[in-house]
Amino acid sequence: MKVFALVDCNNFYASCERVFDPRLKRHAIVILSNNDGCIVARSNEAKALGIPMGGPLFEQKAIIKKHNVAVFSSNYQLYGDMSQRVMDSLRLYSPDMEVYSIDEAFLRLDHLQPRNLYEYCKTMRAKVLQWTGIPVSIGIGPSKVLAKVANHVAKKQRDDGIFDIRSQQAQDEILKTLNVDKIWGVAGRWSERLRLMGISKASELRDASPTIIRKHLSVVGERILRELRGQSCLDLEEIQPRKSIMSSKSFGNLLTKKGPIEEALANYAARACEKLRKQNSQAQRVYVFVETNGFREIDRQYNNGFTYTLTIPTSDTRSILEVAKFCLSKIYKHGYRYKKTGIMLMDLTSVSLEQKQLFVDLNHRPGDPLMGIVDRINQDHGPDTLFFGAQGVTREWKMRCGLRSPRYTTQWDELLAVS
Amino acid sequence: MTAITPNTSEIARQCSFPLFLCHVAAGFPSPADDYIEGPLDLNEHVIKHPSATYFVRASGDSMNGAGIFNGDLLIVDRSLEPIHGKVVIAEVDGQLTVKRLSKLKDHFSLQSENASYPPIELQEGNEVVVWGVVTHVLHNLL
Repeated sequence: MKVFALVDCNNFYASCERVFDPRLKRHAIVILSNNDGCIVARSNEAKALGIPMGGPLFEQKAIIKKHNVAVFSSNYQLYGDMSQRVMDSLRLYSPDMEVYSIDEAFLRLDHLQPRNLYEYCKTMRAKVLQWTGIPVSIGIGPSKVLAKVANHVAKKQRDDGIFDIRSQQAQDEILKTLNVDKIWGVAGRWSERLRLMGISKASELRDASPTIIRKHLSVVGERILRELRGQSCLDLEEIQPRKSIMSSKSFGNLLTKKGPIEEALANYAARACEKLRKQNSQAQRVYVFVETNGFREIDRQYNNGFTYTLTIPTSDTRSILEVAKFCLSKIYKHGYRYKKTGIMLMDLTSVSLEQKQLFVDLNHRPGDPLMGIVDRINQDHGPDTLFFGAQGVTREWKMRCGLRSPRYTTQWDELLAVS
Repeated sequence: MTAITPNTSEIARQCSFPLFLCHVAAGFPSPADDYIEGPLDLNEHVIKHPSATYFVRASGDSMNGAGIFNGDLLIVDRSLEPIHGKVVIAEVDGQLTVKRLSKLKDHFSLQSENASYPPIELQEGNEVVVWGVVTHVLHNLL
């Protein structure tokens, strides 16, 4: 029988902040979205105060002040590095691992004797905590869906942070009370349909007829049902190169002039190209969009996008910048207060799977080594050491991140100081 | 905006140094070439557990006696057991501090290495929360 463990970091962003500032232990913490607009992560203490996930910061100002809640801008450099450390520590415990998100990983633990499993997970959990300072919860199950359910129980109900759902008795007990919308992969869109079919609890979905579920919710729904029965259908997934790359952020202030929007777009384009080259891909289609702020009812609203298809796929920032600028010129209209722009690179292909072209000399591509050098310099000396003129110098559109903690593990001049 | 020209220190950082077992004679190929060993990597020398190793900046003069000075770079390994006599990063009243850990019988204290700082005594039975063990100090002589 297959054995899956889902390891999930507890309140990951808040935990990262605590590692480097022990004063924050037991202190309510919230983390803000890009641009400091909304609350995207909360410590348990902040959840207990009733601060909602995703809510705008300004609505919570009073409660934050009253309870002296610590507020941070997102520090993605720190979270990314700590995530890497957690995943590297976990990798010592299983050769088969799928990093599912920044703070979650599936591990196959089939090689272990059942009686050792609990102890093994206990050691793993203690090791991650010691090495990184990040507390994790571990759910163990015969399928990925059940491991995910077990993790939910481990996090909410177990002091030791571990729950094993492999026994039939444990499955019956938990699935009986678990709502279907809490099941991994079900979410909102299906739970309504299931409710109409008279299925509201996980156990009811498990015991339904696979054929009927397949008819209503496709083969994906049937797989979830089988996974709930402990029949493993979803295997660990190798990391696949992304099929499209998006880079977009809100501006610090609303913008009306084309110049600063163009500059912001150039920065997102450069970032997207960097990601593109990192996964050894090139893009054939470029999509650019602009948006006004829908929440400002007094403003006139305008949203638009434009797609451009290149003759040959490229990963050269200079070509993409040219295309992005062209797309923006097609959709930008004077007289609106813009909140956001963004770029999406689509139809990605691997550099090695390149189509031969009849009229284009693919060997003549002066950009490639140059882009490689730009990427290396920026990697060694920090982002934006070398940038394109179109990206601008003053960057007045730049988003706010005024409350970011130091990037303790990725910047020499922001290291933790101890006396 | 700054125009970047690669400077020598950057190139030096990128270089690796092959270790030869004997002098290399000029003019003819040395038989010693067969014995070239791998390049020396400083990271490998000072970092045994990369995912548990953190760089921390020392401030103040309380550890001068241990060779740790203001502004020095400390290499801290969280995977090591904090035992008596090791220099550690420890948590005291929510602050992180670098001190030498002393454990005599069941009594913990954090010793500075500078006569003007008294040791931090912990209440009987209380344990020190150790953040990590300092393995190396990088001190700039320039």
